[in-house]
Amino acid sequence: MSHDSAHAIPIETTTGLDSRKLAIWAFIGSECLFFASLISTYLVYKGKSLVGPFPHEAWTSPTGQEFEPILQIPLVTTGTALLLFSSFFVVMALAGAQRGDRRALLGWLGATIFCGVFFVGMQVYEFYHFVHEGLGYTTNLFGSTFYTLTGFHGTHVTIGLIWLLTIWILGLRGKLPPDKSLNLEIAALYWHFVDVVWIVIFPVVYLMR
Amino acid sequence: MNEQAATAHEKPHPGTAVYIKIALTLFLLTALEVGAYEVARSGAPAGLAAVVGPLIVEILLLLSAVKFALVAMFYMHLKQDSKIFSSVFVFPIIIAAIILFALLALFWYLGIQHP
Repeated sequence: MSHDSAHAIPIETTTGLDSRKLAIWAFIGSECLFFASLISTYLVYKGKSLVGPFPHEAWTSPTGQEFEPILQIPLVTTGTALLLFSSFFVVMALAGAQRGDRRALLGWLGATIFCGVFFVGMQVYEFYHFVHEGLGYTTNLFGSTFYTLTGFHGTHVTIGLIWLLTIWILGLRGKLPPDKSLNLEIAALYWHFVDVVWIVIFPVVYLMR
Repeated sequence: MNEQAATAHEKPHPGTAVYIKIALTLFLLTALEVGAYEVARSGAPAGLAAVVGPLIVEILLLLSAVKFALVAMFYMHLKQDSKIFSSVFVFPIIIAAIILFALLALFWYLGIQHP
């Protein structure tokens, strides 16, 4: 018996649910607690920085140099919109995989990966810009909590990208038939999760003054 | 029998039309969030800013909660899938919310005690 055919044998479970799907939901639940602790920390220290740069207020350095608020709302809004659209693209890819439409699977999943790469690129640019503006990890409480929260989120997006890219390559090689579409569904659930986390982070960090 | 057949208690997932509607709604809600932020920040137009400004946090939290729910219900298929998945997801969110409010209350109290 080949590995593939062995993999397709249904396994009875007491819940009647696929254990892998239940496992990813349990993992996502634990991740909610992880991000809740990071968001709580950000909120607790919000507005408590003694020195600049500040997120929403202009500031003057000890040398007398004046700086604008450090957050760049238009750029991050673009990244947010693309991350939201990537959630749409990945459900379309899943629908394609479930009906055996390889072209739709590869196209929509490719669009998802493109949006994810743009988002990570946006975050790398933002971090680079902030460091050049004088905001290091230990500069002030805003820097420490901002880099920790958004950095962990960016890491999750990067892991999701690697996961989706792996599935895209499997699809390209014809190794994701409809009866294996659960592999994409599980990855898509993780991808949606990083999207919903950003749905919370974006207003909390960037829009609430 | 394929792998999907093992996932019992599930209704069919929504179609493309629903997915497109949700995507457009999410985009619109994000535009509203940023619009509300700009009105509150710039104070213009003055009439709208007088309404939005004092309520900006509540507005942003509400819009964010709606977006969160739309993605979870329709893109993550919680509306169609087994209620067990919803329970496994919602229970930690409730604990997370309690942790968040408890920490905020604790540090608010400490701030009063030790300004």
